[in-house]
Amino acid sequence: MSSRLVMLWALVLLCIGGAGVLLGTAVGSQGWQVWWGATQDPVMQQILWDIRLPRSLGAWLGGALLGLAGAVAQGLFRNPLADPYLLGSASGASLGVSLYLSLFGGSVLASAWLPRLGMTGAAFVGAVLAVVLTLMLARGVQQTLRLLLAGVVVGVVLGALASLVALFEPQVLQAMQGFMLGSTAFVGWTSCGLMALALLLSLALAWALARVLDALTLGEATAQSLGMPLRLARLLLVAALSMATAAAVAQMGLIAFVGLAAPHAVRSLLRCTHAGVLLLSALMGGALLLLADVLARALLAPQDLPVGVLTAVLGGVYLLWRMKSTSGVRA
Amino acid sequence: MSALHGRGLTVSLGGREVLHGIDLDVPAGRWTCVVGPNGAGKSTLLKALAGLLPFAGQVQWLGARLDTLGRRERARQLSWLGQGEAASLDLRVLDVVMLGRLPHQDWLAAPSPVDHAMVKAALEATQAWDWRERSLGELSGGERQRVLLARAMAGNAPIMLMDEPLANLDPPHQVDWLEQVQCLKAQGTTVVSVLHEIGMALHADDVVVMNQGRVVHHGPCTDQATRQAIETVFDRRIRIHALEGQWVVLPRTA
Repeated sequence: MSSRLVMLWALVLLCIGGAGVLLGTAVGSQGWQVWWGATQDPVMQQILWDIRLPRSLGAWLGGALLGLAGAVAQGLFRNPLADPYLLGSASGASLGVSLYLSLFGGSVLASAWLPRLGMTGAAFVGAVLAVVLTLMLARGVQQTLRLLLAGVVVGVVLGALASLVALFEPQVLQAMQGFMLGSTAFVGWTSCGLMALALLLSLALAWALARVLDALTLGEATAQSLGMPLRLARLLLVAALSMATAAAVAQMGLIAFVGLAAPHAVRSLLRCTHAGVLLLSALMGGALLLLADVLARALLAPQDLPVGVLTAVLGGVYLLWRMKSTSGVRA
Repeated sequence: MSALHGRGLTVSLGGREVLHGIDLDVPAGRWTCVVGPNGAGKSTLLKALAGLLPFAGQVQWLGARLDTLGRRERARQLSWLGQGEAASLDLRVLDVVMLGRLPHQDWLAAPSPVDHAMVKAALEATQAWDWRERSLGELSGGERQRVLLARAMAGNAPIMLMDEPLANLDPPHQVDWLEQVQCLKAQGTTVVSVLHEIGMALHADDVVVMNQGRVVHHGPCTDQATRQAIETVFDRRIRIHALEGQWVVLPRTA
């Protein structure tokens, strides 16, 4: 049965994630020795507990948030190309962060709870505004091309505004630079806590509305005829999508394609209802970003390649491959 | 009692009035077909009666005003089969048909044995049970249509509205569909369908003939006036003949 298959894949993806976190702690100077040394050497202990573990766990959490956001976006907008990046919400979130930084100061490296929460909140407002703007420009979600064009326009304009804000504040500019490329280097335990909370909330919210997403696959009129509370569900799903995107973007910057690729990867593994797609997309996104992060750190070691650069390249190749393997994009 | 009752139904789409104050009573337990040329407002009328788009005027289902019925109550009373459903083809057939049971399930509750039984019965009625584990994307257009019909039937609603249900169905399955409608009728279900296939539409009990956002005729198929109204609304480009106790539609060439 399909639900057993979902649980099986969930377990497999969780194991991959767990193995990835372990692997992530060993990439860098000292390798696996940080584990053996952590009991005696305070430096090793610090490397392991304060840097590598939160970073690896953070990469997994951020990827899970983006994967979930992608699955929600694709289900809600009934469009296989919808993703937090292409809908402009990621750029909106980054504009929120840069405005927050220029207004209240601080840095993307801040590890105190309050500024982190403030940045995440600002990113959330920015993400919601961006999605609403994209939907207004696209006049709904029916036309794939309009939706994508509107998303690109909103993304570019909000991204440019974020850069403009940063330009006026040199210290923000410096902080934003790493941020624009997307990196897990700033992630500490505070960020992990925030992302875990956002993941739990948005996953629970989206999961509770999974049946609405299933019904929406039969079209809006049919979903309405089945008694689904479409207006409320749409509002809550946009909130879940924006919360997940914002929490990831506020901690790691702009990381492309994980949100797009994770649900596609899940659908290529198995066919199931949205309850399964949402859960597995989160787990898949976590595994994908974590593995990409490990790769990014190992490729040019001891240099640190921003993981956003790597996912953009890998994602681009993936999209090209998809373009070749499907004759056209289904609306 | 009429199953569907509309008074002064007016619908505007994109600033243009497409239905002009329609009055209509659809009798319960009968099969009514809506026919008319392209752009006559057939689908819009069906959607308005189903409460699926904003309209001016009044609609009653089985004697109850539509605005007094809650969302779930509506979903249990009326089942809708639209045109070109299924935007995503990823769901399994079984999951798609189970969606028809949503109005009977509590939020987040697992499907009950009754739900499973109804889904199985609906899939068997449309001869689609064998594909239950496949995804919609693996089926042909006609096969998909049969699954979607099963989805609409699984809800077991007393009123069923179908917008061009014969699209993509080959002749044998069109005949199957006809039998399914007769079967639904025998169970007391009120069926209203928009059909382009006039020959099939004339198997219905009653026909509503529409043109330019108005109902120009509403009467039983056995009535000569109904058949004349159909010929007229199609500019007399078709002729309806009797053959072996059925009606056949032939083109009238110049």
